[in-house]
Amino acid sequence: MTRVVVDPITRIEGHLRIEAEVDGGAVRDAWSSATMFRGVELILKGRDPRDAWAITQRICGVCTTVHAIASIRAVENAVGAVPPPNARLLRNIVIAAQCVQDHVIHFYHLHALDWVDVVSALSASPAKTSALAESISDWPLSSTKYFAGMLARLKAFVERGQLGPFANAYWGHPAYRLPPEANLLAVAHYLEALDWQREFIKIHATLGGKNPHLQSFLVGGMATPVDPDSQAAINAGSIAAINAHIAKGKEFVSKVYIPDVLAVAPFYKDWAALGGGVGNFLAYGEYPEADGAKAPLFLPGGVIRNRDLSKVEPFDPSKVSEHVKHSWYEYAGGDDSALHPTKGETRPKYTGPKPPYERLDTAAKYSWLKSPRYDGLPMEVGPLARMLVAYGSGHPRVKELVGAVLGRLGVGPAALFSTLGRIAARAIETQVLVEKMGDWVAALAANMGQGDHRIHDGSRWDPSTWPAEAVGAGFHEAPRGALGHWVQIRSGAIENYQCIVPSTWNAGPRDAKGQRGPYEEALVGTPMADPSKPLEILRTIHSFDPCIACGVHVVDAGRREIVRVRAL
Amino acid sequence: MGKSSTWFPQQCEERGLSRRDFMRFCSAMASALALPAAFAPRIAEALEKAKKPILVWLEFQDCCGNTESFLRASRPSASDIVLDVLSVDYQETIMAAAGRQAEEALKATVRDHKGAYLAVVEGSIPTGEGGAYCCIGGRSALEIAREVCGGAAATIAMGTCATFGGLPAAAPNPTGALGVGDAVPGVKNLINLSACPANAENLTALIVHYLTFKAWPALDSYRRPLFAYGKAIHDNCERRAHFDAGQYVEAFGDEGHRRGYCLYKMGCKGPVTHQNCPTVRWNEGTNWPIGCGHPCIGCAEPDFWDKMSPFYRHLPGAPGFGVMSSVDTVGLAGTAVVGAAFAAHGLVSLARGRRKPGAGESAPPPGPVKGSQP
Repeated sequence: MTRVVVDPITRIEGHLRIEAEVDGGAVRDAWSSATMFRGVELILKGRDPRDAWAITQRICGVCTTVHAIASIRAVENAVGAVPPPNARLLRNIVIAAQCVQDHVIHFYHLHALDWVDVVSALSASPAKTSALAESISDWPLSSTKYFAGMLARLKAFVERGQLGPFANAYWGHPAYRLPPEANLLAVAHYLEALDWQREFIKIHATLGGKNPHLQSFLVGGMATPVDPDSQAAINAGSIAAINAHIAKGKEFVSKVYIPDVLAVAPFYKDWAALGGGVGNFLAYGEYPEADGAKAPLFLPGGVIRNRDLSKVEPFDPSKVSEHVKHSWYEYAGGDDSALHPTKGETRPKYTGPKPPYERLDTAAKYSWLKSPRYDGLPMEVGPLARMLVAYGSGHPRVKELVGAVLGRLGVGPAALFSTLGRIAARAIETQVLVEKMGDWVAALAANMGQGDHRIHDGSRWDPSTWPAEAVGAGFHEAPRGALGHWVQIRSGAIENYQCIVPSTWNAGPRDAKGQRGPYEEALVGTPMADPSKPLEILRTIHSFDPCIACGVHVVDAGRREIVRVRAL
Repeated sequence: MGKSSTWFPQQCEERGLSRRDFMRFCSAMASALALPAAFAPRIAEALEKAKKPILVWLEFQDCCGNTESFLRASRPSASDIVLDVLSVDYQETIMAAAGRQAEEALKATVRDHKGAYLAVVEGSIPTGEGGAYCCIGGRSALEIAREVCGGAAATIAMGTCATFGGLPAAAPNPTGALGVGDAVPGVKNLINLSACPANAENLTALIVHYLTFKAWPALDSYRRPLFAYGKAIHDNCERRAHFDAGQYVEAFGDEGHRRGYCLYKMGCKGPVTHQNCPTVRWNEGTNWPIGCGHPCIGCAEPDFWDKMSPFYRHLPGAPGFGVMSSVDTVGLAGTAVVGAAFAAHGLVSLARGRRKPGAGESAPPPGPVKGSQP
């Protein structure tokens, strides 16, 4: 047995450490540890609940909209504010833009280098690269001249001898299998995507003032005024600008991102049988298509157990619990217990080694993440969970695209439960959303055209209109999965605040029963050609799109009372 | 291509950008740096001759928002910076290597280029629990920061967490979080780019300033470049005329809000916040928070999570008047009254934007950086 430690895991958000036992060329066991902690929930205590979105937003600057959305929904739920239709539509556009841009960045900038050998691209033929590009897409940047220029740029970069972020990597590793031309194509699209994301996210600047950390969220609505007759509000010019970005987004996703996934996947088909993980999936659902609490959702919520796509259960919030057996926290009733978030306790107790350290004691506590469970089971959340729940629920467009991708790759639905399945699901979701966004823009424009300027429910803005005590929950589908915020308000101030975050579900350590978390389970069986170069571990971990700052946020500092919030 | 060749403009040409485009970029940089247009050729010359300076980017108690902001850079773009302008030898969010190979890359830079590389820090540094609140490769953030920033030609604290401690340091500061200046006292040539996140345009302007002049820009008493933090938001705000005319938003979505009236009554902290948001704006000038109808929350100032909140409560009115009824008077009378009001409410530190320098701010004023250009 060889103990492999990968710390830092790079090309993710946050600080993640993986320890793995490797034997006979494969991972036999694995431990996932989050190594950073801030204590955002304690900072929230006593503050104005209307400020909570701005504070929780800073849990993560990659998922820069998600905690703001969950927070305003939780506070609205507590105080009874109902956002008007324009605010709902503005939010849907903002949420979808986040998801589309984030997924593209993930594929090209956080994940691609696990599959694409940049050094191999140096020996590509520009003419053959052009032929390959034109065989998979009619994207215009595909001429021999274009790829010759790209190759020259890459060569000049390498010859300068300063490889920067590409230095010391795993180039030439036997697990890389793409031909040089596919590698050059991917490098070109890596750089194009870097420019594209900057343009596409201007939708956020238009609707939120800036990105990262948009600043137009309000409890009860949005701060973005809409008025076709004003130059200081969303008007026809802004609508046209947003539509132009969506059109370019649609083109990039359908002509670059999707064809690239389909072109790369056949070289790595074995990864459709690796990295499967726990096989249980949870989604809350997203994109309300009407107003009020019971509105239908464009992407449905639900629970799938044991890879059974024929049965999607409705989500029951009362079945959520959190374990701390292997987390640097303690429970008053003993660390073998599992507590529902309404009865949750979050008292940190660091028992790990004093830094600097070489090894964690993985038999004891080893992570700043707790272990959330649903009905006692570990659950995977994220694009794969959402697409599987939508597929199992009969969502027409998702079924069509999943079927098309499986058909192209010549595999059955079982291939979805894998490292490659996560990549495919993320791409499919991006396509579904970028196609859908225009509908919400059109609905917003139609409302504006009929003189509906409402963006905010001011009837519950003043804290004097709130009950002395109020509790609420806000659910959201972040790019990385199911996100829940729970708030308790007393006398106009936050009494308690609790978040259960996608990367806590996915990256959490073992629970009291010893069940591995989704990352840990997905790594078991991963082949490793060379334990000193953990490329294969990165492939599966990156397929989840880790966001560890999101996952670690809770604190009690040993002096807080028990968190009591009601899950709705 | 030879190492002393005119690589940057040549790269531009390879990507279909003309010499004219390149000069336009240099003019834009001159303008971003508040320099006369005559400086554009000097910027061009510097970019043409420069060998890539080395930069390492550390992330501690962060949300990655400043890295994301960096990815939105346009002048030069993130891909230009990574491939052509700088040698970004360590940046956890984008680098290909992980684990031991990543640590080795950082170690090699610190060892082989001591005193010559630039360090960027994103996120605060926790001092509680022996450093266990933030560890990378088993080492505490504090240990890494001491070593890496200690050997850097200059350190850029990017964002309010790295600058002033930011959100992790907000009351009750559960992890003992500090900004770089306080956590690593005496760090050489510390430059603070506060804001949440810092604007990419200000980072690129700072880098180009350094490449062009081989020196760091003039700083305020918080060690922030004057070209970006020299004026209050209120002084440059596009809604200032409405403030002066006493025209205020009274409720989100009301007619005044739709017409772009002043957000003072909704809690705007623009009068006490120093940053160039109104002029540079965000995302290549697309918009900015006040431009989209939300009050400024003061994110570039020290302790803003505590001192500027609740965010929707407006700044104190003039003394002797009822709080809400005084706002129109203040508007008509101008900012002198606002300043007096801040003083009356013990908010001088906010109004003037100055506090006693912390330990890390006692470093000598930065001068030209020697040895950073091999």
